[in-house]
Amino acid sequence: MPLPPLPPEAIAIGVHVDDWRAAVTAAGEALERSGATAPEYTQRMIAVIEEFGAYVVIAPGLALAHARPGPDVHSEGLSIVTLADPVAFGHPHNDPVSVVLGLAVTSSDEHVLLVAELANVFNDALVIPSLAAATDADTIRALLGVPTSTEEPS
Amino acid sequence: MKIVALCGVGVGTSAILKINAERALERLDIEADVTATDVAGVSTVGADAQVILTSSELVAAIGKTNADIVVIDNYFDVDELAAKLEIALG
Repeated sequence: MPLPPLPPEAIAIGVHVDDWRAAVTAAGEALERSGATAPEYTQRMIAVIEEFGAYVVIAPGLALAHARPGPDVHSEGLSIVTLADPVAFGHPHNDPVSVVLGLAVTSSDEHVLLVAELANVFNDALVIPSLAAATDADTIRALLGVPTSTEEPS
Repeated sequence: MKIVALCGVGVGTSAILKINAERALERLDIEADVTATDVAGVSTVGADAQVILTSSELVAAIGKTNADIVVIDNYFDVDELAAKLEIALG
């Protein structure tokens, strides 16, 4: 199963943030702009980190912001935010974070295939620094293996 | 053999950990069931597990267990998973 297409609204490049909350908020706002979620979901993604700590920083430089399915998730969605200056999330090994993925799923079952594809993409250790260095949306889409703007079906 | 992949909310990160743990086990030629769960479910799901895989951030949330707790730093690094699983299961 391929990752969902990344509309322009779901991608933000070189965002300036002061702390991890602002970084997660940026990923949540990208999900909101793409129509996947309501603002409440962004707050719940922050609450997960407040409750459980920075475990969402699952690899060096990468945070996977997410929360449980809920009524604030309109549809499955993925967003990506790259940071102009990396910020610390408080993880002992994987800080600082330069790439934040926002993930929203509508049920606990459907996410399995989606994250399997994420695992395929990120098993290549070069993908995270390449995403952090990307300066345009199609470079990011190509790294994630989703259709670029010129490849989208008509 | 049962292995539990633990994350805070049970969607997303624990599923990635489960998938890459299965890849590591295949490489080691070890047969085991890997189950993804969240902090709320770990005491029941993990009751008969031999190994609990998780982040350093969540170790304190696991509570009392007979399982070996294995901390994974990079969830996408199948080499790290294979090395740590080999030690825990060897």
